[in-house]
Amino acid sequence: MFAPGLALRGAVDVGSRRSGEASPGGRNGTQGKGSMSAMARKLAGVVAAVVLLGVLIGLYISSWAVSAPRTIAATPLAGAATPTSSLTLQTVAAVGPALSPNHPNWVSYLVRQNGRWVRSTIYSVPANSLVHVTIYQFDGDSGLRNAFLSEVQGTVGATEVIDGRATDHINPEEASHTFVVPQMGVFVPLPGVPEEAKNPCEVAPCDPATMAHRTIEFTFRTGRKGRYRWQCFVPCAAGTYFNFGGPMQTIGYMDGFINVV
Amino acid sequence: MSSEAPPAGGGEPDHARRFATIWLVATVLALPLVIFVLGPILPPGNGSDTASGQVTDNTVLLAMATPVLLLVVLYLLYAIVNFRQGAGGVLEGPAVRGHPQLQTSWILITATLVLSLAVYGTVRLETGYGAGSGSGPKPLTVPSGPKLPIQVIAQQWAFTYRFPTYGGVETTHLELPVGEEVEFHVTSLDVIHSFWAYQLGVKADANPGVDNIAFVKPTKIQTFEVHCSELCGLWHGGMFDHGRVVSDAEFEGWIHEQQRIFAPATRVLPPYAKTYLPEPTERGH
Amino acid sequence: MAQPPTPAARPLWRRLVGFNLLSAVLLGIGGYYLGWFIGHQIDGKSFAYQEKINENDVALLLGYFFGVVGFLIGLGFANYPVSRLLGRPASLREKEEGGIGRYFGLCTDHKVVGIQYLCGIGLFFFIGGLNAMLIRTELLHSNPTFVGPGQYLTLVGEHGTMMMGMMTSGILGPFANYFVPIMIGARRMAFPRIEALTFWLLMAAGFILTSTIFFGGFPTGWTGYEPLNDQAVMGMDSYICFFALVGISMTLLGLNMMATIITMRAPGLTWSRLPIFVWSVFATSVLMVLAAPMLVSTLLMSALDRTIGTSFFIPGGGGSAYLYQNLFWFFGHPEVYILALPGFGIVLELLPVFTRKPLWGYRLAISGMLGVSLLSFFVWQHHLFVSGINADLRPFYMLSTEIISLPTGFIFLCVMGTLWKGRASFSVPMLFCMGWVFNFLIGGLSGVFISDTPSDTTTHGSFFVMAHFHYTIMGGLVFTFFAAIYYWVPKMVGLNFNEKLAKAHFWLMFLAFNSTFMPLFALGMEGMPRRVSFYEPKFQTLNIWVSVSAFVLGLSMLIFLFNVVYSLIFVREPAQRNPWRAKSLEWQVPTPVPVNNFEQIPVIDSDPYDYGTPVPIGGAVGGPQTAGAS
Repeated sequence: MFAPGLALRGAVDVGSRRSGEASPGGRNGTQGKGSMSAMARKLAGVVAAVVLLGVLIGLYISSWAVSAPRTIAATPLAGAATPTSSLTLQTVAAVGPALSPNHPNWVSYLVRQNGRWVRSTIYSVPANSLVHVTIYQFDGDSGLRNAFLSEVQGTVGATEVIDGRATDHINPEEASHTFVVPQMGVFVPLPGVPEEAKNPCEVAPCDPATMAHRTIEFTFRTGRKGRYRWQCFVPCAAGTYFNFGGPMQTIGYMDGFINVV
Repeated sequence: MSSEAPPAGGGEPDHARRFATIWLVATVLALPLVIFVLGPILPPGNGSDTASGQVTDNTVLLAMATPVLLLVVLYLLYAIVNFRQGAGGVLEGPAVRGHPQLQTSWILITATLVLSLAVYGTVRLETGYGAGSGSGPKPLTVPSGPKLPIQVIAQQWAFTYRFPTYGGVETTHLELPVGEEVEFHVTSLDVIHSFWAYQLGVKADANPGVDNIAFVKPTKIQTFEVHCSELCGLWHGGMFDHGRVVSDAEFEGWIHEQQRIFAPATRVLPPYAKTYLPEPTERGH
Repeated sequence: MAQPPTPAARPLWRRLVGFNLLSAVLLGIGGYYLGWFIGHQIDGKSFAYQEKINENDVALLLGYFFGVVGFLIGLGFANYPVSRLLGRPASLREKEEGGIGRYFGLCTDHKVVGIQYLCGIGLFFFIGGLNAMLIRTELLHSNPTFVGPGQYLTLVGEHGTMMMGMMTSGILGPFANYFVPIMIGARRMAFPRIEALTFWLLMAAGFILTSTIFFGGFPTGWTGYEPLNDQAVMGMDSYICFFALVGISMTLLGLNMMATIITMRAPGLTWSRLPIFVWSVFATSVLMVLAAPMLVSTLLMSALDRTIGTSFFIPGGGGSAYLYQNLFWFFGHPEVYILALPGFGIVLELLPVFTRKPLWGYRLAISGMLGVSLLSFFVWQHHLFVSGINADLRPFYMLSTEIISLPTGFIFLCVMGTLWKGRASFSVPMLFCMGWVFNFLIGGLSGVFISDTPSDTTTHGSFFVMAHFHYTIMGGLVFTFFAAIYYWVPKMVGLNFNEKLAKAHFWLMFLAFNSTFMPLFALGMEGMPRRVSFYEPKFQTLNIWVSVSAFVLGLSMLIFLFNVVYSLIFVREPAQRNPWRAKSLEWQVPTPVPVNNFEQIPVIDSDPYDYGTPVPIGGAVGGPQTAGAS
């Protein structure tokens, strides 16, 4: 391939003389198989460090991937004709640093467990039973983007009870949040607290006894076992495109699961 | 030097003829199987005229791909079996660098194949009125005759359906009358989604501010799957539904029932429009 | 350069101070906090959203920017420009003598950069692969059970983004950087410092992408579509920063390759005597230089939308979501040919060596590669067939996409011609090349389906597309990546791999790869969309099969890693100078390759495919005479 002669042959000769020795600049020790030269020991050390780092990174990423809020079970109601359990939730405008150190200003759903308000959106309910949901709505209104969702669907009687009055729809501009389980066909719009209300709740957890709120109750029926998603449909994540980012796309705030067990 | 005997007939089999025979036999055996046995059961099935059209197109494409696939795979196997290094590992092959006639024929044949596929695809696309794909607000070809317009509104994270010729009622599930031409108007309220009705062979992206039109005529009474096929956020995977193709009478009954159930919602809905783009909210959007 | 005093005389702290990786990391962290601080000082109406959403994209982007600048300054990249500005004379090389420490800093020896690339890309390839294993674990169930849906989307996006960003330089980075100068008879690349810069930019980028999980991840997948991009939380900025840095790295890498190949060829090395691998590098570099800047500018627009509230891509504000799709895919389609072309080059380069025949159809192969390069800019709208683009455009893009399969077919003809009547020995690199032929064939043929708009109606955005690009990118590029590793790494480090382990790696990888991705064609055609963790229960069995195969594929990678550690650290069998008896220039230099590559620059008088026995004129073996034909 080359012009015959000196140039490359010279290089080859030099090369063959050198390939037997450990070269100053190279990173390979050619001192025979089996014996671990200093270079090999250094390399082994680097490799061990990299492997350890890799395993740690892998474990970290895996644990981050599976992290989720804990599941809160609905409380069974005694003495009902059909098996019924109850779930008490509240929606707040700002979840506060105690419940969410990274996102204190995010809107969120909270659930009551043993008298305390907990930030979780994964609920477990029994199969083939009724679930009675009470929501204390402390947030102001943002308005539904699709006014269609202002009508109640999928609940027992296709109604919700707002502050004691049963109704099958709300004013779409007054919607603050919704509780929707699309796979079960449950669509419940939640009206907001009017602006001029006295004593609004600034930061969670909010107290229904003293602060301005709306109380919404409804009941829905569960069927087979499964894992169903639920979400809010009102654009309430202020500061993002169409107010649908941030908490609206994060489990533990405005989205979650209903585990029917 | 090598011990290979150069001219044919000197103990070296005529590889060209052998391989050509193998390939031709394989193609002759495979093609009818592909066209007549595999073809009719190809996805997406025969639930609508567009879906049946796609089955035909897939059959044609598979039939054109089969000889090419057989050519390369059989050649690879033939070469691995026949053109091997000898036991000592020092033989060299013939120093052939090309064959102008073979190259020219290859170029011409593959060019013909490829161009004919492009023409075929174009013809099928336009005679199929978009072949179930979203053709934008001004499709090139439009089916004649009466069409049922249905607006598919994609939002994060559910599809809702609006029927302008039935009072603008909006529903959460979709039912279609069999044998009638449907004109889907797909739009989005927020990010990009995509309306994919699998058994109907319809897929149209839902772009905010855009009216994306797709035509289909369902031909079979069945349940069909609707999935969102453009990543749209947290519940993209959960944005699915099941629709039904039903008889005309059942459809009329269903839509009137929906009008009754959703009367409160219909009262507060904005008037039917091709796109719904809310005013930009804070942060300039 | 003055010799430093002997190691024993310098205390540890003196050795650690200086322009090295430690300083780079420290300055990087410092730069990050500087940017973060500046970001929080910027105030105004446009930034009022930050308080509501508890996020400050400006701070994160500035933090990343200053962090990268600090990182590069710490490595010493500013030294040369500053010293020239101060009037000091030009010095060409840095740190070319020394031990293993050179590999952890700025080194202008292209061979060191090649090995750095190999290790760095390898590391991020495995992180991307880990994401894939997690994805497949989730897909064992038909609804989200194991991984949260938000994290799942980040895993999907990070897997795709990491792989695309890293593997675009997968062959050019390690192997072109190491071998192109040697193959063309040069002592160095045209721009050695820029070469080192491309590597460290990529490393910084990879680190930034993995940091996305600290900021909430990103939900858009590797394509980063607007307006979802705009809606996303802070983790999206990591994606933007990653791809911007990758884009800059790619542009510089391509520029360097082109300048080297055009200007630094040895005497007598005309274009028609250039090794085909170098031609493929050249064709790839053209694409890199022309397409990658598009990505950087698109991402800049995204960043502006996310921070100061412009509306390039926001429909409500006057922008268009289509604009992003078009800009992205104008880069995105040449990008996938950037991934495919080096694979073509490697297969065509290795086949003559292992069949002991010259490359068949040299000019045809070159026109194939250059044809692919040119046409790749004319096909991008096939990604938007069902998105509602102007219906008049679709037939044109169908035509252009069908036509691009033509030059790809030339490559296959050249492969088949080289195999014809050759004397093939099935070493491990050759096995990977054979695997490439099968995989890329399947990938390419499936491309014919999705380029046909009616068929694309069902397959767009489904697992069929996933299978198509995994066959072409993983079955194509990654298989040739391993072929190149087994072929060239013994030259690079002077040590042999264990052949049994390597063959086990190949067979397990080939079988597991096909078992994993072949069923995906069926899944896509049967109706399963992409990027979902919910699917119809009827797909469960097939998904379980695919996931188990994917775990076996991961296992084959572990076999490879074990081979690397076992052969290169424990056994250390020295490699011969030219174990494959190849005739190209890189095999004529000694192992290990001396710092200046050649004692004397060689003079070239023919191309490197002088294999085979001459064929008599008019002989029945077929075809014209030897050298000079075609």
